Parts: sequence; C-alpha cells; structure tokens
Amino acid sequence: MQVHDMENARRTQTLLTARRAGLLGCRRCGAVHAAGTAGCRRCGSALASRDATSLQRVWAWWLAGLLAYIPANIYPMLLTSTFGNTLENTIIGGAIELFQHGSYFVAGVVIFASVMIPIGKFIAIGYLALTIDHPGTARGLERQHLYEVVEFIGRWSMIDVFVVAILAALVQLDFVATINPGIAAVCFALSVAFTMISAQSFDPKSLWDAYEADDT
Amino acid sequence: MPQDRPSRGLPEGAALQPEGLVACPVCDALHREADVPPGAQARCHRCHTVLFAPHLNAMTRIVMLAATAAILMVAAVFFPFLEIDASGLHSRSSVFDAIMAFSRGIMLPLSVAVAALIVVLPLVRFGAIAYALTPMVFGYPPPRHAAAAMRWAEDSQPWAMAEIFVVGVAVALVKVAGLAHVTLGPAFWAFVALVLVTVLKDNIMCKFTIWKTLEERRPS
Ligand SMILES: [Zn+2]
Ligand SMILES: [Zn+2]
Repeated sequence: MQVHDMENARRTQTLLTARRAGLLGCRRCGAVHAAGTAGCRRCGSALASRDATSLQRVWAWWLAGLLAYIPANIYPMLLTSTFGNTLENTIIGGAIELFQHGSYFVAGVVIFASVMIPIGKFIAIGYLALTIDHPGTARGLERQHLYEVVEFIGRWSMIDVFVVAILAALVQLDFVATINPGIAAVCFALSVAFTMISAQSFDPKSLWDAYEADDT
Repeated sequence: MPQDRPSRGLPEGAALQPEGLVACPVCDALHREADVPPGAQARCHRCHTVLFAPHLNAMTRIVMLAATAAILMVAAVFFPFLEIDASGLHSRSSVFDAIMAFSRGIMLPLSVAVAALIVVLPLVRFGAIAYALTPMVFGYPPPRHAAAAMRWAEDSQPWAMAEIFVVGVAVALVKVAGLAHVTLGPAFWAFVALVLVTVLKDNIMCKFTIWKTLEERRPS
C-alpha cells in the first residue's frame, strides 16, 4: 500500500489551520466552508470552528462515570448458587477466583478490562482535560495518541457486562448451579457508557490549539 | 502542488477559497484536496490522521459485506450459541436468551442495553449503510436521506459491540469450565464470522471518500 505521509520539519506554526484562515472545517467530512456557514454542504452536519461546551460535557460525563464506577466495585457482579449455597462475587473477587483456579490469562483479561482500562481512562481523560491549554512538555502527537487510545480501548471494558449476561443466560441448571446478575453489572455498564460519552465529547481540535500560539 | 501529494499542509498566506480544500477533523490543518488513487492513503500533514484512503470498487464491496453481516447476525441471534452439561442437566442458550437473562425487574434496562449493543445497533447500521450506498452501486443518485443515514451509521459505530461480545463469550467459557461441560454452538461461529466481516467492511470504508462521492452524485 502506498502511503503519502507528509512528514517534514516545518514547525506547526507555519501550518495553516482552518480557524487561522478564517474558515470552518467540518469535523465529520473535512469539507471547508466560509466563516458563518451553519451547515456542511457535503454531509449536513452543524458547523462550528471549536466546540465551546465540549469541556463542560467532558467533565460532567467523566464525573458521572466515576460515580457509577464506585458501586460497580462494591456490590456483587455475579450471584452464583450451587447446591443451595449462594456466592456473591464482585469484579475483583471474580478475577481473584479465576486466578486461584489457575486461569491466569483470563484473570488478566478481566482485570485489564474491568479495572485497568476504566481507571486508566479516568486518569487519561482527566489529564487531557486539565492540560488542554497548558500541554507542558507533551507534544501534540503524544496527546493525540493518548486520546485515540482512550477512544479505541474504552468500549472494551464492556466485556465483563457481556460475560455476566452470557453466564446468567447459560447457567440456569436449577439446583445444581444458577448464576444471576448482580446490581454492579448495571452500575458498571453505566460507568463504561458514561466514560465513552465523556471521551466522545472531547473536541480533538482543542488538543492542538495550544500549539498554535506559542510554538517557537 | 504535485498531484500525488494531496495531504501537504498549506503555507500561511495562500489565497484561500473554501472549495477544493479539506480540513483535518482532528487538528484543523488545511490541505488541498486532490485525487488519491485507489489503494493509496493521504494523511494529515500535522497529526498523521488518515484523511483519504479510497479502495477499488469500495461501494460495491461495502454493500455486499453489509448484507453478509446482516444475514450472519440473524443466524447468530437465533441459533444455539452455547450448550452446557452438568450433573446430567442440559441447557442451551442463544444470544436471544442471553439478552433475556436481564429481563427481570431492575435488570430490564440492562437487558435492553445489551440487546441494543450487540444486535439492534449493528443491524440498523448495516441497514443504514446499505440504504445510503446501494443505489450508487447501480449508478443511481443517492437516496434522499442518504446523508442522515450515513451520519447515524458513523455516530453509532463505537456503540456496536459485537466483537466485544465474542471476547466476552470466550471469558465466560473459561469461567464455566470448572462447573460444567460447555460446547460451542453454530451461532458462535456465525458471530465470529460477523466480526470478521464487520472489520473488513470498516477497513475499506473511507468516510471522506464516501462523503465526497455522496456530494458529487447528489441530484441537483
Ligand atoms: Zn461535513
Ligand atoms: Zn490533522
């Protein structure tokens, strides 16, 4: 495959952005419009140079996600009944049990998807939102990559919710073994959804704006 | 401006007409639009985001893959997915059962959400894409609501989680392994095929090219 990657050493300052040129670039299809145009001629999306309310929405959904994540870890995710005994498993408890059974790899997948990804996501989104105007030593590409990773990987946290759904549907063997979903499954699903919305609310262009003014 | 370098950043001070320009959706850098040959990619000069990556006969292939995915989805939902044996008891479940597992009381919203994420959303996405692109495959102009359908298909993409569900199944299998004997049903393989087809479809689907084509072929 032929790749035209136009990398060169010119500073970002010499690169013209749509905003500097007094134009509007569509976030969805890239079509460029004169300032003041309301809707994209190509794809019909609403146009705005920068999304002014983006950061507020990022923080609101971020907080909602964090609030939902707490009960998701305290309350049981799975209720397992075998021969009349009911066992309640939290997210962490379920992973530890897998570990004790020797399923190290799957325990790792669960820990990664349910603990490390969500917590890493809270930190990453918080970091990007806090440093939006003051990137410090971080380069634009690094922050862009971090944002892309967060957007790509966030949805994979949903694994555990699906695992619970599958187990609950499959293991309904009366007295021998029954698995039911716990309240934490709902909280966790909400937490993942809220943080996904939080990441999507980010206007990636705002990550790059800080480099226009002071790039020397 | 060489023809084969559409993604070169524009120097400041160039005389600018919005037509014929393209702005990177990620970093706002302006580029001059040019024809990118099928199989090649044009990346943003500043942030390296892929702007154009057209493929040969992309429309036809996308529509065919979307149709395939829709058929596979129907099979995946209603055929048995997993079968389980323990202490002489036998149970089989389809994806439909997995969705219904949450349908009691407070869990109902979760049941609706799971159904939406793994079945309804992917299906409606395939439908929307097919609606917007199929007429163009046969040389007709795009239908009236093609843009709205494509916008919706793009926005819902992160929420269509069939591939995550497949990994969830694998984890669930390991969790049950100590408890009972589990066998994979035909629907599982339909789901795996569905995931592969979806990945293939998303890979050849260049959004900027589709939007450009939709605009060019729109009846005026
Ligand atoms: Zn547009
Ligand atoms: Zn860019």
